[in-house]
Amino acid sequence: MESQIAEIAQHTGGVIGLSWLMIAFPLVGAFVLLVFGRFTNRWGHLLGVAMSLASFAVAVLGFFELIGFGEEERRRAVHLYEFIPGMVDMGLLIDPLSISFALLITGVGSLIHIYSIGYMSHDEHRRRFFAYLNLFVAAMLLLVLADNYVGLFIGWEGVGLASYLLIGFWQFKPSAAVAAKKAFVVNRVGDFGLLVGMFVIWTTFGTLTFQGLGEQITPGTENGTMLAIGLLLLLGACGKSAQLPLQSWLLDAMEGPTPVSALIHAATMVTAGVYLVVRSGAFFFPEGSGAALAVAVVGAATLLAGAIIGCAKDDIKKGLAGSTMSQIGYMMLGAGLGPAGYAFAIGHLITHGFFKADLFLGAGSVMHGMNDEVDMRKYGGLRKFMPVTFATFFIGYLAIIGFPLLSGYFTKDGIIETAVHHQPILGWLAVLGAGITGFYMSRMVFMTFFGQKRWADDAHPHESPSVMTVPLMVLSLGALGLGAYLVLSNRLMLFLAPAVGRPEELPAFHFTSTPGLATLALVAVGAAFAWMRYGRAEVPSVQPRGSFLTTFARRDLYGDALNESLFMRPGQWLTRIAVFFDNRGIDGLVNGLAAGIGGSSGRLRRIQTGFARTYALSILIGAALLTGALLLVGNI
Amino acid sequence: MDLYVPILVLAVLAGGFAIFSVAIAPFTGPKRWNRAKLDAYECGIEPTPQPVGGGRFPLKYMVTAMLFIVFDIEIIFLYPWAVSFAPELNDAGQAIAPGLGLFALVEMLLFIVTVLAAYAYVWRRKGLDWD
Amino acid sequence: MNSIPAPTIEYGTLAPLLVVFGAAIIGVLVEAFAPRYLRKAIHVPLTLLSLAGAFALVLVQVLRGQVSTTASAVGALAVDGPSLFIWGVILVLSFVCVLLINDEGHFVASAAAVPGSADEEEAESAGGGHTEVYPLVLFAVGGMLLFPASHDLLMMFVALEVMSLPLYLLCGLARRRRLLSQEASMKYFLLGAFSSAFFLYGTAMIYGYAGTVSLPGINQALARGAALDPLLMIGLAMLGVGLMFKIGAAPFQAWKPDVYQGAPTPITALMASGTLVAAVGAVLRVFWVGLGNLDWNWRPVIWGVAALTMIVGSILAITQTDIKRMLAYSSIAHAGFLLVGVMATFGTAEQNASSLKAILFYLAVYGITTVGAFAVVTLVRDPGGEAGHLSRWAGLGKRAPMLAGVFAFFLLAFAGIPLTSGFFGKYAVFAAALDSGTQPGDSMGGWMAALVVVGVVASAIAAFFYVRVIVLMFFSEPSADGPAIAVPSMGTVTVIAVSLLVTVGVGLYPESVLGVADDAARSLFIR
Repeated sequence: MESQIAEIAQHTGGVIGLSWLMIAFPLVGAFVLLVFGRFTNRWGHLLGVAMSLASFAVAVLGFFELIGFGEEERRRAVHLYEFIPGMVDMGLLIDPLSISFALLITGVGSLIHIYSIGYMSHDEHRRRFFAYLNLFVAAMLLLVLADNYVGLFIGWEGVGLASYLLIGFWQFKPSAAVAAKKAFVVNRVGDFGLLVGMFVIWTTFGTLTFQGLGEQITPGTENGTMLAIGLLLLLGACGKSAQLPLQSWLLDAMEGPTPVSALIHAATMVTAGVYLVVRSGAFFFPEGSGAALAVAVVGAATLLAGAIIGCAKDDIKKGLAGSTMSQIGYMMLGAGLGPAGYAFAIGHLITHGFFKADLFLGAGSVMHGMNDEVDMRKYGGLRKFMPVTFATFFIGYLAIIGFPLLSGYFTKDGIIETAVHHQPILGWLAVLGAGITGFYMSRMVFMTFFGQKRWADDAHPHESPSVMTVPLMVLSLGALGLGAYLVLSNRLMLFLAPAVGRPEELPAFHFTSTPGLATLALVAVGAAFAWMRYGRAEVPSVQPRGSFLTTFARRDLYGDALNESLFMRPGQWLTRIAVFFDNRGIDGLVNGLAAGIGGSSGRLRRIQTGFARTYALSILIGAALLTGALLLVGNI
Repeated sequence: MDLYVPILVLAVLAGGFAIFSVAIAPFTGPKRWNRAKLDAYECGIEPTPQPVGGGRFPLKYMVTAMLFIVFDIEIIFLYPWAVSFAPELNDAGQAIAPGLGLFALVEMLLFIVTVLAAYAYVWRRKGLDWD
Repeated sequence: MNSIPAPTIEYGTLAPLLVVFGAAIIGVLVEAFAPRYLRKAIHVPLTLLSLAGAFALVLVQVLRGQVSTTASAVGALAVDGPSLFIWGVILVLSFVCVLLINDEGHFVASAAAVPGSADEEEAESAGGGHTEVYPLVLFAVGGMLLFPASHDLLMMFVALEVMSLPLYLLCGLARRRRLLSQEASMKYFLLGAFSSAFFLYGTAMIYGYAGTVSLPGINQALARGAALDPLLMIGLAMLGVGLMFKIGAAPFQAWKPDVYQGAPTPITALMASGTLVAAVGAVLRVFWVGLGNLDWNWRPVIWGVAALTMIVGSILAITQTDIKRMLAYSSIAHAGFLLVGVMATFGTAEQNASSLKAILFYLAVYGITTVGAFAVVTLVRDPGGEAGHLSRWAGLGKRAPMLAGVFAFFLLAFAGIPLTSGFFGKYAVFAAALDSGTQPGDSMGGWMAALVVVGVVASAIAAFFYVRVIVLMFFSEPSADGPAIAVPSMGTVTVIAVSLLVTVGVGLYPESVLGVADDAARSLFIR
């Protein structure tokens, strides 16, 4: 049994009372940058960075104020204003869970803002880019800070919008425009799930606030409605977090600028699904319920799928995208295990935020020096030319494969061990996934930084400016030590306990448990295999044909083909049929109605002759009517 | 209804007089025509310039007439003020009601200044020049 | 002989009015004495400062809690909570409109010159436009402030004229399409004078019935329960004609499209926002303060007017091909929605306050969105002036996505899509109307619901033509010789930005304005 989740207390004053500033700062930034347009071209990016940093400062101050409260009082609701009268008020919920997210979003977000100054320095639309980034930060903060599902949903749509705008930022590239559209459409499916889930919650409980639900739902309730809500929310989470079966947009989303991939499609937005599951955990995903099991299964399936896709990609960013899918799969798996898994899921989310951002920005730095080349087969031997990028990338690499004592080691191992304990089959699949991770990440490092030069003739690799490398160093510091800090002596678990509950028995970290050792062994095997294939041996600079399995992975496990044949084609047919009937039947009706209104409009219009005398006559008639009506009413 | 009887009587009388005068004139009046008599009634001055073929009518008359009305009404407005300015005295010369006094003086000055501002505008914009 | 007692004037309470009128008179003197090249440089700060100053004075009264609870100026004016709110709204709207007016190229250089004549060319080449515009606007704004605050019918008539006369002139000052503009001015003047005569006639009849023109006096006369006199009913109808004309309710709406189309767009913006706010304020005051005891009689009639207005406005808008005419019909439809709210201001004080709150909120948010929309209209230009015809707007979304996006947003706000201020405006008014239907003793409960249904249907029809423009802008191919998008001046940018900010901000956080409107409504009109 888990311990109870703390009550939510109303809060006024202090930094927490001002926590809406966190959202307001970047929102104002985005507004100013968008509205004042070219007037802000010269200093727009600085404003963007300043707003993000200001938000970060509020988050840090809020964090310190929060830990000043006793453990049972660390869930503070801040009422902002009456939003939809009689339904929901807008308010923020500052608790350990949301403040952890806020710190991650604003902290990593600020670093990526700074990095983007350098990365986007040659782009004529840099100002617009920062406006969208700020918009994203604001929406994401609203998503995690809102104390109700409506606010969460607005933020959810907001980050979707920002993601759409940023994936398609280079809209002159058709591939970018298509990718943006794909992300948008696939996310709609998920959003639909979330929205319907919210409808069901409202009709069932009559409230959409976390506090209201907390009061109404006794922990552990399980029935058909709850399961339905859980599955609908899971659908939403799958869309946003690129989990099977809604994973296909994430790989294409790499068309956006690299900082976007780092911030939105690795560190923060794609983890919104995990947040949704953990936040709703106590209500709709109680430990051992069907909904929770579904979450864990989806997570395990995705972590394997992502890892397999990662093995076959030659595009460095797509490889990393596969890895992101996979790592979020781990988080989902953790989130499906009840309170025992929440802390590790969130812990992995935080450390992943750091090391994946580090990896992405490192990849961006490589691309920056290589004329935006993304094909790893055209890299090779770059470690001598980009020492800082290499060092930081390597730390991120070690962290993600779970090299002992680095961040990923602690958090991923936590998830694996908990999973083996609760759901052995899924747990061992996660161990297998870790081994594949060892392979594909090593492959990436070897192909990029080791071996022979395979550059294009006009490539002049060089180290990036310090505005880009300093954020890399900061992020790699997080990749180094954050995991140990969070997991050892269960710091994060105890901190999050008031918000998400905790298992009765705190887990102790064993360095020599069976799953842990097995993981390490598999990772070592994977890395060694990668060394043989890509480190020691010559890497062909043109993609070889590959086996059936390779093709399978290269095609994203036929995810797109599946979507196409299962949904798109029938969808098109359905559309055609619908269009047919629409033209014949419904349109006839609607057009008839519209024509009717339009026709009466046309007839009525004739009274508007343009002659002042006609108008005066209409006033006179009106006056007569008014008089007549008043006399009539008076005499009734 | 009694209230309206005198009004009706007055209306009938007035209407009767108008019809009577117009009807009787051709029979009783002398008939000596000349050019001036055939002109429009304009106090003997030829309206200048004549609108040709129903064209645009000069606004000069309009402006002058409007200015006249504005200042005319200003004067009318001054009358009750002037009358009520001083305290009302009875036959013995004692005040039986306070006058409007200084307050009204200031208000009236303000009013005049306001109208003067408009006057200044008209003057500076050559609204008072005939040509 | 009766002597006239010296009146007491509450200068502090009336200060906003005095500032605006004072600045207007100084403006006239500037016109008289300042050299031509200096005039605009003096007018702009003078006008903006006086409006801002008046707004500050309104704020001072509100913030110090000095909202007066008795009539001022010997019962001629009532500067109560709702008045102050309306004043604040009008002052903000007119301030923003003046920023639009500042832009070059809206006003004719010599209004008296025949269009296309040598005189006009000469004046045109001398450059600049009429700078009389500024004092005229200030006088009009002064009239707008006076109108809803008038506590007796004569004062209200004076206010009506002070507000309208400068507007008649301003309508005729458009630089482009002179004939259309002059025609608009002429029509507005003729019909306005016609309706003013009705108003005055109604005042006289009501005086005949009640023996007073003071609004509370009339209400007391009604309470004394004199038999329902034809004199009263005819007077009421005549009064109604004058008021309904000003807000553009059917069947007195005919002037609106012609005038809105012909007038210079910044002036259209001022009329569509400020005048409407002022007129609705006056309507509210007359019906609540003056005719509160007669609601059994006027409400069924206003019911009909409201329903007709909503239907006429939204249906006629569909076949419009000119953007300004379309917005004019949309303004008519919105006047109908506002009248739905007016229907709910009767009965007890609480009932009145809650409906009043909804209307005040609606006025504020609708006004600012309107100004924003017209500001966008000023930017889409053809060689001959603004590109009024809707076909010219086709594909604007591809050529100027930002501008088209903002305009689309304003249209969505007009349509009342959630998360815009317009949604909460409509929601508040319709909810107030439905609420009032459930009040004990209301014989019109079912009728109120029916009216709201009419309102919702009209909204749906209206949404159709708003969305049609959006579709036109974003899903049509732009024509090769499409209109030019003028580079907006700082003033226009500010106007659009402020409107957008308010429309979005209030859409997300309605309580910000709703709270103020609530405070204002709670203090009620002085009765």
